[in-house]
Amino acid sequence: MAFVTASWNPLGEAFYRKIELYEMGWNLKEGLRNCQIAAAPYGGPIALLKEPQRSSPSARPQLEIYTSSGSPMASFMWKSGVVKQLGWTISDDLLCVQEDGTVLVYDLFGSFKRHFSMGNELVQSHVLEAKIFHSPYGTGIAVLSGAYRFILATNIEDIKLRRLPEVPGLQGVPSCWTVLSQDRQTKVLLATGADLYILDNTACTPVSPSGFSPQATNIIQVAGSFSYKYLALFTDSGHVWMGSANLKEKLCEVDTKMRTPPTQMAWCWRPKSQQPSVVIMWEKYLLFLALVVLNLLFGYNLDNESVLVPELDSVRIISGTHHELLQEVPVVSEEIFKIASMAPGALLLEAHKEYEKESQKADEYLREIKEQDGLGEAVKQCVEAAGYEHEPETQKMLLRAASFGKCFLSNFRPEQFVSTCRDLRVLNAVRDYTVGIPLTLQQYKQMTVQVLIDRLVYRKLYPLAIEICRYLKIPEYQGVSRVLKHWACCKVQQKEEADEVIARMVSLKLGETAGISYSDIAARAYECGRTELAIKLLEFEPRSGEQVPLLLKMKRSQLALSKAIESGDTDLVYTVVTYLKNEMNRGDFFMTLRNQPIALSLYRQFCKHQEQDTLKDLYNQDDDHQELGNFYVRASYQEGRLDTRMSCLQNAMDEYNKAKNEFNAKATEEEMRLLRFQRRLEEEKGERMVGCSLQDTLHCLLIVGLHKQAEQLYKDFRVPDKRYWWLKLNALAEKEDWEEMEKFSKTKKSPIGYLPFVDVCIKHHNKYEARKYVSKVTPEQKVKAHIAVGDLEGAAEVAIERRNEGEISLVLSHCTATTDRTIVDRLNRTRATAGKK
Amino acid sequence: MKRRLAQYSTRTHDFEKHDHRSRDPPVCHMILVSEGRKMAAHLSYGRVNLNILREAARKELREFLDKCAGSKAIVWDEYLTGPFGLIAQYSLLKEHEVEKMFTLKPGRLPAADVKNIIFFVRPKLELMDIIADNVASEDKLRTPRDFHVLFVPRRSLLCEQRLKEKGVLGSLINVDEYILDLIPYDGDLLSMESESAFRECYLENDQTSLYHTAKGLMTLQALYGTIPQIFGKGECARHVANMMLRMKREFAGCQTQILPVFDTLLLLDRNVDLLTPLATQLTYEGLIDEIYSINNGYVKLPPEKFAQKKQGEGEKDLPTEPKKLQLNSAEELYAEIRDKNFNAVGAALSKKAKIISAAFEERHNAKTVGEIKQFVSQLPHMQAARTSLANHTSVAELIKDITTSDAFFDNLTVEQEFMTGVDTDKANTYIEDCIARKDPLIKILRLVCMQSVCNNGLKQKVLDFYKREILQTYGFQHILTLNNLEKAGLLKLQTATRNNYPTIRKTLKLWMEDANEQNPNDISYVYSGYAPLSVRLTQLLARPGWRSIEEVLKMLPGPHFEERQQLPSGLHKKRQQGENRITLVFFLGGVTYAEIAALRFLSQMEDGGTEYVIATTKLINGTSFIKSLMERLEVPP
Repeated sequence: MAFVTASWNPLGEAFYRKIELYEMGWNLKEGLRNCQIAAAPYGGPIALLKEPQRSSPSARPQLEIYTSSGSPMASFMWKSGVVKQLGWTISDDLLCVQEDGTVLVYDLFGSFKRHFSMGNELVQSHVLEAKIFHSPYGTGIAVLSGAYRFILATNIEDIKLRRLPEVPGLQGVPSCWTVLSQDRQTKVLLATGADLYILDNTACTPVSPSGFSPQATNIIQVAGSFSYKYLALFTDSGHVWMGSANLKEKLCEVDTKMRTPPTQMAWCWRPKSQQPSVVIMWEKYLLFLALVVLNLLFGYNLDNESVLVPELDSVRIISGTHHELLQEVPVVSEEIFKIASMAPGALLLEAHKEYEKESQKADEYLREIKEQDGLGEAVKQCVEAAGYEHEPETQKMLLRAASFGKCFLSNFRPEQFVSTCRDLRVLNAVRDYTVGIPLTLQQYKQMTVQVLIDRLVYRKLYPLAIEICRYLKIPEYQGVSRVLKHWACCKVQQKEEADEVIARMVSLKLGETAGISYSDIAARAYECGRTELAIKLLEFEPRSGEQVPLLLKMKRSQLALSKAIESGDTDLVYTVVTYLKNEMNRGDFFMTLRNQPIALSLYRQFCKHQEQDTLKDLYNQDDDHQELGNFYVRASYQEGRLDTRMSCLQNAMDEYNKAKNEFNAKATEEEMRLLRFQRRLEEEKGERMVGCSLQDTLHCLLIVGLHKQAEQLYKDFRVPDKRYWWLKLNALAEKEDWEEMEKFSKTKKSPIGYLPFVDVCIKHHNKYEARKYVSKVTPEQKVKAHIAVGDLEGAAEVAIERRNEGEISLVLSHCTATTDRTIVDRLNRTRATAGKK
Repeated sequence: MKRRLAQYSTRTHDFEKHDHRSRDPPVCHMILVSEGRKMAAHLSYGRVNLNILREAARKELREFLDKCAGSKAIVWDEYLTGPFGLIAQYSLLKEHEVEKMFTLKPGRLPAADVKNIIFFVRPKLELMDIIADNVASEDKLRTPRDFHVLFVPRRSLLCEQRLKEKGVLGSLINVDEYILDLIPYDGDLLSMESESAFRECYLENDQTSLYHTAKGLMTLQALYGTIPQIFGKGECARHVANMMLRMKREFAGCQTQILPVFDTLLLLDRNVDLLTPLATQLTYEGLIDEIYSINNGYVKLPPEKFAQKKQGEGEKDLPTEPKKLQLNSAEELYAEIRDKNFNAVGAALSKKAKIISAAFEERHNAKTVGEIKQFVSQLPHMQAARTSLANHTSVAELIKDITTSDAFFDNLTVEQEFMTGVDTDKANTYIEDCIARKDPLIKILRLVCMQSVCNNGLKQKVLDFYKREILQTYGFQHILTLNNLEKAGLLKLQTATRNNYPTIRKTLKLWMEDANEQNPNDISYVYSGYAPLSVRLTQLLARPGWRSIEEVLKMLPGPHFEERQQLPSGLHKKRQQGENRITLVFFLGGVTYAEIAALRFLSQMEDGGTEYVIATTKLINGTSFIKSLMERLEVPP
């Protein structure tokens, strides 16, 4: 297996290997000299800003964008200001930080997207240095201004500039600095001479690394790890301090014996591995440091100028001609490929090789694994190791061995094998020279397939993206649909094609694909100034609600209204209605509503609470007299003054008449009559009863003894006898005017009978008066009357006489066994005899 | 019929006999603790685990709270506190750094040393004005606080626009929505608690609540699978079904791969059956609601009967605060008696009392240490049962006082006369008397509307008479309420067509002469004779199907329809032998406890074959139903 381990270098307890990813496709005459370079992590694109070769003032730098394999994607003359820093966002946009604080954003293909500023003060003070960093909040920018102040933006998609506190005594550019993202906070760590400071939102705190040796002097280089967990410091004495990012824990300190300042320093460390290590680069030399054993380092000589690109699990080295990957050899690969390894995986690989040679040695190896009971483990190791390999041949060799081993196992769960095969297929496809995204399996898992698809889409590699979606069986909604949407958004920007053609092409390709948001595509078309195309595209949108905002934006408000109604979302209807109200003149607005009853009733609701007068206009327009009548009635109750109230009611009555609602008209008229009566009464007798109901007015009159007025009202308003009797009875009882009550009872035959007389007296605790009326009560109610006055004997008498079972039970229920013994007996006897019959 | 009615006034159960309150001190705190822990366990007892829905809602709430880092105070739209109580207790809020709670009102917010102020509001314009006022009057000198708005159940562009106009939208850090459409009330009951749903749909032609219903049903389907069959009756039902089908098309891509839990959805408009909510409910729970009104699962009762008699203290200090009881199936006894006809409750309570006494007697038999230990371990449960029994005995006494009154009896007599079609075409003397006595207006309106519904409208003369009587007695301002009732169809003029209510009653067997209250064999027991129309329709849909009653369906308002929703292949349910179908019945415009009881009765029928889960826009009774349609006009000073 010598050839696999050929590129391995031992360092401490682990091996490191350098894998060549690509021979660069670009043709750079001067290599990477005289240019700014920015390479995005996760195998992202590379941007180069080449200084002009002639140093004439009119010469402009050239901006070039390449894939990781060096295929050109864009190239154009840089005509804006002086660029201080290049960098990539997490969504593959290029950021160019200019000296005056402006940040220009370009896409992968070099088309300008937008710009923003890192603060107006920078126009004056200029940007001295800038760094672009990634954190859980997105891509951020930190700049150091000419006034030696740091300005931060943690997420460029949502710019909130933060000026960090001043560093006391800072009179020049710090010797080095970096951005750290810790505990959900973004901080700046800077060094001036031997002093270290941490700058956060509120304060500048001096810090000192734990166990930093005293001979260490000026710190000239600093590097945070990919996850911001660790930090490495390089001093001008050649010492390297490695430790936790909070500086509290030291991992190790190494003397490199190199006094020249390095050009770059980066962590090279696979998560979960026990051996964090740092790569330091000088112009022609690369040095490797691991912390486990001091002074165990190895170096590579570099052919020419290079750049280090730190990754999650490795470091990439880009030079003028090559692109390489430097990483720790995973434990499992080590176990399989290490010379003379007896690990089950190694034996299985050997067994498979013998098997291919048709040698019986295969059986011997297999037996050996089985004796150790390690076949399952062997298969697992081979599968896992395959995932770490870049060369498809090696991957295949390992997977074949695994597959071979699997044959001798029952109940082996196939998931890991299947998913590794799948992942590798995807990875090999994107690692391909033509695509140029050299992801490791670990990086791929971390970034997720969703993001990978996005990146392919940004590169306009639509067919490959769709292929991957289909291959991985990603639900359409998250996969193919998304890709197609991006494709369509890109398509609508192709100005040379006619609207019809594009609309047809889009609908043909997208068709009924689930989860396509045509409104997003239409919005893009509209942004490009293609309103007609946008409208055509919107017609394909199945979600009517989604169409509304864009239609409004494009001033197709009528269409927006009908779409809003179609969606059933009343809030959306309201939104369009308020929009229309502001856009149109009143007449047109009302006419529009009239054709949309649902919108109209919603608007009425709105007016009811917010704009009463508009409501009236609406009813007027529709000749809705009934509602107008109601409107005036409602209005009358909001008026304090009686005159205005009356005129409201008059209006109401007129409207009710027009609506042919006789009852309401008459009732309103009566109310006006009543109000007039009440007013007169108030004026004449000083009794306040305006606004009371007829019933209450009558009650009031009877209580104060204005019997004549009461009689008059009773006649005028044709109050039914029954009600009037109840009313008078109650009023008299309330006054305890028993004499008048008795007189009243004799005026004529009571229309309500006489039980109410009994009840009302009892209610006012006058048993004596109550008894007077018992005899007048009809036979059917007599039992109740007797009981009411507490005369159980009388009640029993009547009940027995009437031989009514129900009444007998009723009396019984009021009797207590002890005191009413005799009555109970009599009742029971009667019941018994009645029962016999 | 009269004879059976008489039982209400003559039948007496001596509840006192089984009262154990005075013997052992109750162990209230213990119960509270254990209740707190299994707060929502009752939601998972039913055939469909509604706790999934509650958990989903809680998760979303937690996520929102965590979005606002640091200490927080919540400013509540008061209407929301009740429904929210069913989703999350204060403890959950506290865990997420909610330190203070206020009620939303205009002016400056109370001082609170918190980082975030969160407004929990319904999307109403009036409320936006208050929020704007709150934010604007914030003390500029103090450390600034972050403001957030959480819309329940859905955010609204209109409201955000209003906030923008008021110039405060920019000061709000987060404007978010908390989608809370269907709130689980019990193991088989979901409600949207949208008070004005019926009014909005039938009076104001505002279908907002129907949109929320459709959205809520989509959420439900996302959690419990697509419901393959949809039936419906009524205009609103049709509208909701249309929206659901539409939404399903719109989200064609993200279909849930969940085996459907519900077999059928039945959407019923309240206006298909206006009679039922008007009738007085005669189940235990129904009566509690009729008399004391149940709000968000709680009822407040007069405290006198709950006074704890402690030895030696006498009855010096009677509590003055109303007694608050939580009512749901988590309480074993309540689950047992809630749906019984009230006349059967006494017997059930007395039986329970005997069982509990017997259980306590066991202690004398416990001889060995092991036996004693076992007895002690059961003690908390037994004591809880005893407290529960004492509480419900008191409640039953309170109700009995009312159901045995003449007024209740007379009212019920008239209701039953109307339902059986006795003299519904002329002015009723009892109603007349009630008006003359100026009984509560709502009671009058309930009766008049009931008469109108049972007579398919009233003759002009009768209608005008009632209306005039009402206006003269209760005041002219009620003219708008009367208009509303007419518009909603509760009160109407009889047109030339003949009264079809008797036909409906006979075909659907709405009146059962021999309703058995103790051991019911038909849903009519919930109204002691009247079988709620809505539930009858549900019952007939399951067996033998609506085709058998086409004629009657045509007489009821609105279209009836059937829709099928395609299931992804592989999700077709294979029913086990004897496994019941599950139907979700959605009442658009409200449902009463008696109707719920009737559906539960159907679920429990041995050969029923269908179990029901009930959903509604609001839990209602006749009073709250009429109230929601009233127009409140204050007489000016």
